[in-house]
Amino acid sequence: MELIWQGLVQAARLIFAGDRAIFQITWLSIQISGTATVLSLLLGIPAGVALALTRFPGRSLCIALVNTGMGLPPVVVGLFVSIFLWRSGPLGALELLYTPTAIVIAQFVIAAPIVTGLTIAAMQQLNPRLRLQLLALGASRAQLLWLLIREARLPLLAAIMAGFGGVISEVGASMMVGGNILGQTRVLTTATVLETGKGNFDIAIALGVILLLLTFAVNYLLTRIQQRGRSA
Amino acid sequence: MTVPILEGRDLRVHYQGQAVLDVPHVVVREGEVLAVIGPNGAGKSTLLRVLGLLEAPTAGTVLYRGGPVSPSGSRGLAIRRRFASVFQEPLLCDTTVEANVALGLRLRRRPSDEVAAETKTWMERLGIAHLARRETRTLSGGEAQRTSLARAFAIGPDVLLLDEPFAALDPPTRDELLTLLQRILRHNGFTTVFVTHDRNEAIRLGDRISLMMDARLLQTGPPLEVFGRPATEEIARFVGVETILPGRVIKEQNGLLTVEVNGVKIEALGTVAVGERVLVCLRPEDVVIRRLDAQAILDSARNHLAGRVEDATLLGAQYRVRVSCGLPVIALVTKQSFDNLGLGRGTPVAVSFKASAIHLIRR
Repeated sequence: MELIWQGLVQAARLIFAGDRAIFQITWLSIQISGTATVLSLLLGIPAGVALALTRFPGRSLCIALVNTGMGLPPVVVGLFVSIFLWRSGPLGALELLYTPTAIVIAQFVIAAPIVTGLTIAAMQQLNPRLRLQLLALGASRAQLLWLLIREARLPLLAAIMAGFGGVISEVGASMMVGGNILGQTRVLTTATVLETGKGNFDIAIALGVILLLLTFAVNYLLTRIQQRGRSA
Repeated sequence: MTVPILEGRDLRVHYQGQAVLDVPHVVVREGEVLAVIGPNGAGKSTLLRVLGLLEAPTAGTVLYRGGPVSPSGSRGLAIRRRFASVFQEPLLCDTTVEANVALGLRLRRRPSDEVAAETKTWMERLGIAHLARRETRTLSGGEAQRTSLARAFAIGPDVLLLDEPFAALDPPTRDELLTLLQRILRHNGFTTVFVTHDRNEAIRLGDRISLMMDARLLQTGPPLEVFGRPATEEIARFVGVETILPGRVIKEQNGLLTVEVNGVKIEALGTVAVGERVLVCLRPEDVVIRRLDAQAILDSARNHLAGRVEDATLLGAQYRVRVSCGLPVIALVTKQSFDNLGLGRGTPVAVSFKASAIHLIRR
């Protein structure tokens, strides 16, 4: 108990004193996971909407693949992204391995299927006759898509939360493709692993608390947006 | 003759090889309410979707003011924006009542002062102004359908397409909304295609009635014609004729026909030639019943038949009485008359009906 208590006190001190290293790690985590989430939204929402609303041969297979992708183990993603970015790999010439960009790529691969899969589910839970009604009201194709996305905004925001939650907390892929280099690719999760391994529980607890607070802050913000005007 | 506002020619829709719509010609005239009635699955909603440019027919053409139009492309959208539809489900967006009523106008990018004015007007006319800021998911069925109707009217459509808008409502709410709709249609003269499976709704709203069965429009005309002079046995059954009996015309004198049914002679009006085989149609509300032992009351009815009550079923305020009098005749009797006459199974009675109440269908 003593250990935990001391750790919590030290963590509070580090957080409130504004420790430079910890601030840097936190900021890098936000940047990397934020970028990966935004990129996954740019791909996942249109892809999910398209898969949900159109009919084409092979559609079920596509959806099954997306759903499988929602459960990709981060270490497997880390492994394959590493191979692709390896010096002798297909994208080795880009020299991206052990850079923040490499982590963004890996986290994007993890988040994109989550966002796509939840977008498909969000769009499919809409009443199929709503499309007809909106067309009948004079919606153009673009207006129709916008209105349908707006109708599905609650589960779509849940998709964003799940995507961000999936990558901010992920450690395996970040470690493998980022290398946990101090000042360059060290993020909250990889730093926590390292400090715990070294027995620096105070720093590890501080990092863990920050990670929790960060996740809470982002989800609280999204929940506020989601539940706006929903007192009933 | 003026060009109809909406017209369909040789419209056919097939789903998986099965014809769900087969309509050689349908016309919607400016300012009229065309009620399309028929049983569920007859193709009424498909007809409405095709006319409303929401679905391309497998074959055939839709004409808007004489010009062919199709659902696709910017022209399809432009024409579709002159229509408004209300479906059985209100299908409202998950926002406020006001935003829903304004939606059609917003999609058309009308100026915001116009949107506000029209929205306010139609919320008031549909009696939902006090609900303006309410989220639609908190509305009752009736309130939601009022919102859906206001949303359609606010557009100021050239053609209003209503697909069983009251089918999911409870009877008092349905009646209230039907009255309101009737008043608005009469006042604003909206050209309307009104699809329903309810005969009473069709009679109340329709200037003309089209009867649809098995993907086809079988008979179109003024309500009294379709309901009083159904063209076929199946139409007759659908429009509420309960006594339908095969017979043969055996005599004609000054337009008054004598028809033999089951060995019983009935007088009828019509233009069927002597010797022709016919179906004799009689609506239950046109039949009068009295006790056989009562003193005969002289009336203008041509046909008087003696028989016995076979059975009686209470339908709300009326009894549906089946009388066997050489031929089976079904009559409607108010509950009060039924009790006053002391009717019951086996009671000897006389039924009477006018020659003009008989409608003959050639076989």
